[in-house]
Amino acid sequence: MSASGDVVDRAGTGPTAGTAGPAAPAQGPVLEVEGLTISLRTARGLRRAVDGISFSIDRAEILGIAGESGSGKTLTALSVLGLLPGGARTGGSVRFQGRELLTLNRRQLREVRGKQVALVSQDPSTALHPLLRVEVQMTEHVRAHLGFTHDQARARAVEMLEAVRIPDPEAALAAHPHQFSGGMRQRIAIAMALACEPALILADEPTTALDVTVQAGILRLLDRLRRERGVSVMIITHDLGVLSSVADRICVLYGGRMAEYGRTGDVLGAPRHPYTQGLMRSLPGASEEGAPMVPIQGSPPSLDDMPAGCAFHPRCEHARERCRTVVPSLRTLPGGRGLACDVDPFGQADEGVAGMERP
Amino acid sequence: MSPAGLGRFLARRLGIGAVLVVGITLVAFVLTHIVPADPATANLGQRALGDPAIVKAFNHEYGLDKPVVDQYFIYLWKLLHGNFGISEQSHRPVATDLGQYVPATIELALFAIVISVVVGVGLGVLAAVRRGRPVDSVLRVVSLLGVSMPTFWVALFAFYLFFYKLGWLPSGGRLSPGLQPPKEITGLYTVDALLHGQWSLFVNALQHLILPGIVLGIFTVGTVLRFTRASVLEVINNDYVRAARAKGLPEWTVITRHVMRPALLSIATVAGIAFGGLLSGTVLVEKIYSWPGIGQYAYNSAVNLDLPAIMGVSMVVAVIYILINLAVDVLYSVLDPRIELR
Repeated sequence: MSASGDVVDRAGTGPTAGTAGPAAPAQGPVLEVEGLTISLRTARGLRRAVDGISFSIDRAEILGIAGESGSGKTLTALSVLGLLPGGARTGGSVRFQGRELLTLNRRQLREVRGKQVALVSQDPSTALHPLLRVEVQMTEHVRAHLGFTHDQARARAVEMLEAVRIPDPEAALAAHPHQFSGGMRQRIAIAMALACEPALILADEPTTALDVTVQAGILRLLDRLRRERGVSVMIITHDLGVLSSVADRICVLYGGRMAEYGRTGDVLGAPRHPYTQGLMRSLPGASEEGAPMVPIQGSPPSLDDMPAGCAFHPRCEHARERCRTVVPSLRTLPGGRGLACDVDPFGQADEGVAGMERP
Repeated sequence: MSPAGLGRFLARRLGIGAVLVVGITLVAFVLTHIVPADPATANLGQRALGDPAIVKAFNHEYGLDKPVVDQYFIYLWKLLHGNFGISEQSHRPVATDLGQYVPATIELALFAIVISVVVGVGLGVLAAVRRGRPVDSVLRVVSLLGVSMPTFWVALFAFYLFFYKLGWLPSGGRLSPGLQPPKEITGLYTVDALLHGQWSLFVNALQHLILPGIVLGIFTVGTVLRFTRASVLEVINNDYVRAARAKGLPEWTVITRHVMRPALLSIATVAGIAFGGLLSGTVLVEKIYSWPGIGQYAYNSAVNLDLPAIMGVSMVVAVIYILINLAVDVLYSVLDPRIELR
């Protein structure tokens, strides 16, 4: 039930077809997550917040992780950096360039953080330190990781600020974060993440705190950076609209489990899981012309009150008796897709196509 | 913040401070004059009191025979010319007395505040970082003891232990008997001794500072510890601290640079208030350790109803308070670039 084995051929799929460029060598994925489980310590004991998530990210690929709050998407990203809250237990495997991350000690983790895997947080107005000048924040990790001198680190900071299109990088270095607009701050945060030239950027809701017009600019920036620099990006979001324009593949999480994954065009073009379907219908203007926006009824389950069976069944209009008791397993579908729904109410058309593909 | 902006801010605040000082003279004057006691009774001997001529001469000499309102304006007028009046106790100008005693207290209070802020902040950060662990619990008790042990008791106990029983530290005073103070530059013996390169004199002055300084600072250690712990815990869960960790910075850098910087803002406030508190604590500590500062001077003036001296001490303490508040506000804008001084 692992998705990591699926080598996705991006040729001819979706809006980002062929963007990996000639520089992408035939090598293993940058990040491989297999059967990841995360248990958090709550007032009522250990609760499983992430339950058997598997995915992989190739070089220069953008993977979208979609889900509501509490779906486990941010925890998944934090586990890569070893930044889970105290008392959290992990299981399964998270391999970065073939190296297992979950078992690293603190010193080894520090070597990975910022240098090989960088984090871009949701809200740049809180993720940038309000009292430190941009220069300090943009150079401290470069000096710590790469042993750069002050001047070298400064030159690197200027280079990165130029890469994210900050006008007048020299002036920006001397300024404090509050002197920039939200979009500019997020550009600075991305430049900061790029500064040590990491292979992977984890972007946790990178556009949520920004105006819609600024959002598109940030997404284009991430798309350009992966093309020009070959950096892989994991975008975590609750907004499928964000992913539709830049993500190569999408992984939809619900209640800490994978609901559906596949190429962006496939998943968003013909969602198979009722939850993905619901997310699509709740997007303003993203569904068919004139179709009304339909929100998903109910609210996501909490850690202390996880439903038995399929976690989505209390909110699912297609739920059957079986869904209340049996956790649906993740089935691999043709075309590098995966689905964890035993009812599969939207499957007929696709099964037909898949059927025709059989020799 | 531009230097011109800082200059304007300082000028404005010092102007307000001057108005404040005048207000304080009024309050202090009224308070000292409504006390139902007679300075003549306090200062003249039994026999002299029996002689109305002497009492009259005394009251005349210190202007006590004029109406209170007149006395106030005469005082204000003289104050404007730097004349604090003549002390009824020492028969010297109050300004001369203050010049002698104030540096001693400043030295003691600075020593106490530096020690207690360094110790309090260090332990506070430790408690916050080790939150919920045994160290945190121990430090909670330490801070509780610090703020709840009465200073007079600590002073006497420390005196008994370190001077009488162990003999590690001198009993009191600023220098051992027979030693000449260093030539005055700042009036702080330790600093002056260092400036003159008189090493053994510096050590001697420091030894005399330790006991009263620490006793004076213990309360502040407790306060600063609790505030530091609270403000570090407030900062440590911020996104930008997680971001700093995600950049792979050493934990020491995360704490000292990313956590301490914002936490220092509230610590500066507490330290400013605590410094004011220290000044009033000096009355007791200076009495017990025979420290020749304004605390003792204030005590002696109060019991003898030496009105010009009491007024003088009030002025000095008020001005120090105003300057500390000003310093804390300037410190804010240094620590936080988003704060504009107006």
